[in-house]
Amino acid sequence: MESFEKVHGVVAPLDLPNVDTDQIIPKQFLKRIERTGFGRFLFYDWRFLEGDTLDPEFELNEERYHGAGILVTRANFGCGSSREHAPWALMDYGFRCIIAPSFADIFFNNCFKNGLLPVRLSEEQVEVIFQRVRETPGFQMTVDLRTQQIQAEGGMSFGFQVDPFRRRCLLNGWDDIGLTLRHEDLISQFESRSAPPLIPTSA
Amino acid sequence: MKPQTLFEKIWRAHLVREEPGQPSTLYIDRHLVHEVTSPQAFEGLRLAERKVRRPDLTFATMDHNIPTTNRGLPIRDPIAARQVRTLEDNCREFGIELFDLDSPFQGIVHVIGPELGLTLPGLTLVCGDSHTSTHGAFGALAFGIGTSEVEHVLATQCLLQDKPRTLLIRVEGQRPYGVEAKDIILSIIGRIGTSGGAGSVIEYAGRTIRDLTMEERMTVCNMSIEGGARAGMIAPDDTTFNYLRGRKYAPADFEKAVAGWKELAGDPGAEFDDTIHIEAAGLSPQVTWGTNPGQVTSIDSRIPHPAEFDDPNARKSAERALEYMALKPGTPLVDIAVDRVFIGSCTNSRLEDLRSAARFVEGRRVSSSVQAMVVPGSQQVKWQAEKEGLHQLFRESGFDWRESGCSMCLGMNPDILSPGQRCVSTSNRNFEGRQGKGGRTHLVSPIMAAAAAIEGHLVDVRQYELA
Ligand code: SF4
Repeated sequence: MESFEKVHGVVAPLDLPNVDTDQIIPKQFLKRIERTGFGRFLFYDWRFLEGDTLDPEFELNEERYHGAGILVTRANFGCGSSREHAPWALMDYGFRCIIAPSFADIFFNNCFKNGLLPVRLSEEQVEVIFQRVRETPGFQMTVDLRTQQIQAEGGMSFGFQVDPFRRRCLLNGWDDIGLTLRHEDLISQFESRSAPPLIPTSA
Repeated sequence: MKPQTLFEKIWRAHLVREEPGQPSTLYIDRHLVHEVTSPQAFEGLRLAERKVRRPDLTFATMDHNIPTTNRGLPIRDPIAARQVRTLEDNCREFGIELFDLDSPFQGIVHVIGPELGLTLPGLTLVCGDSHTSTHGAFGALAFGIGTSEVEHVLATQCLLQDKPRTLLIRVEGQRPYGVEAKDIILSIIGRIGTSGGAGSVIEYAGRTIRDLTMEERMTVCNMSIEGGARAGMIAPDDTTFNYLRGRKYAPADFEKAVAGWKELAGDPGAEFDDTIHIEAAGLSPQVTWGTNPGQVTSIDSRIPHPAEFDDPNARKSAERALEYMALKPGTPLVDIAVDRVFIGSCTNSRLEDLRSAARFVEGRRVSSSVQAMVVPGSQQVKWQAEKEGLHQLFRESGFDWRESGCSMCLGMNPDILSPGQRCVSTSNRNFEGRQGKGGRTHLVSPIMAAAAAIEGHLVDVRQYELA
């Protein structure tokens, strides 16, 4: 997994609660068997009008948010389907950090497994960021996982909490499988002491 | 020892490793795999030169992107065909049993697990699909995972998990006339909201839940994820054991297994982090009016006005939803005309669902303005339904009768809505564009869907005499 220490970049707003993974990456793009190349299809139904022209009404399409590395959005982001294509698409588009008051469980988990940092802030803090983004074209922030601080121009700064284990994994780029396999002996012990109906009978 | 809940018993029995400040390593007893969320996981194994640790505990099928028309023809969409072929190749390479398009056991992954007896009480079961919560109806700990976790389970047969919170939802009393399992769970989601169960495993209990059949319990647990929960579960009882007896992969020494399963129910006095009480007497048939499953109300009410919502997020959501759904506040729900009706999905495509819809449409005609289809959840369901002649009842009334799969629940295959079309659907998600770009979805129970197909608009089924 790609390690994550900090991201510095333009902040883009998505001013909607309950953004579901069907919106982040619609189903017609889930047929691909690759992990990459999903960025083009991010928020597809919102970003594009008929015939793949960008919808100028959709905020993210505005020139000022091009190349954004941080997305700020509202509560319960990433709800719905478990598709990991959602964090893949966000990352492939260029985001490394998503800030919201809350996230859906599976999406939140999936982010950490891909080096995308989801940051929970309070509703009020998120509101402040939204205001700053709108007032200041090209508004940039730095999200530092090591110090657990968000810093922006004009002296704004917020601390944030991350689960220490996940933080360590992200900072080091550790992959979970490697970590689990360090304890393979324990897995084997578990298997030798557990009994049917663990094993399906007619298989 | 402290009294334990059903969840705690299963959790403890599957701990491989615990370390303070870290997620626990949990052993996984069953891993179900489908074509959409697995290709990148298998690719990951190959790149790292890893094997599947327990192919004997891993089962695969294809359901999401397959056509529901003639199985004899090749899949026309080349990208979908490649994904299906990739699953076949991966299963062959890694020695995993696959119920493919020619198998009599193919179907939606959450329909076939229980049907084959792969889903059993007390197990941990995962799948790269959020509706894995369905299997919790058997008293299993079952939850959806992402593709990285699919790879993790394939490689290690374990998952790293933080211990979730527990939420008890107790439903008591007699279900009123016309109220289905779907209405129970939609009411619950309406009450707790789409993130009300976040971070939790829900246990459903109470007389009303006990009285549900196995298939109804699956409908309830299925939509736990729509309330934001990781999993939903119901303690196993005779209903559970009777359903499982004689299933293809059920334990050989079944009575011995039952004796063990009886120990699983939560201990008296076991504590939950939160508890919600619901009186079944107050429930009514439900319909969603918005673009998330929490935007739901009783069929006999009107489209709400966004100003009724105190919370600014809810208000904004409602405004946007009504615009997308092209609905005006104050409109009686029963006045809403529909273009399409879809009976299917892992929520409501089992035999009892089809029976209840078929009984309703018998001797009636689908409205001339409606295109209606039934997609059985599995080949077994389809076969059984045909044996009972249900397909004839549907066909005679004007429904399309299809092959099994996810179909228009998410429209990855050719079954989709056109922009602006309004669909009454027995599935579980009414998100913008879920059933096709610009499509509008109203979630209901199978009998409500059948009635809407006949009348051409949403209807309160309580106005009919239901058999
Ligand atoms: S039927 Fe729908 S919700 Fe169920 S697994 Fe298939 S796509 Fe997902």
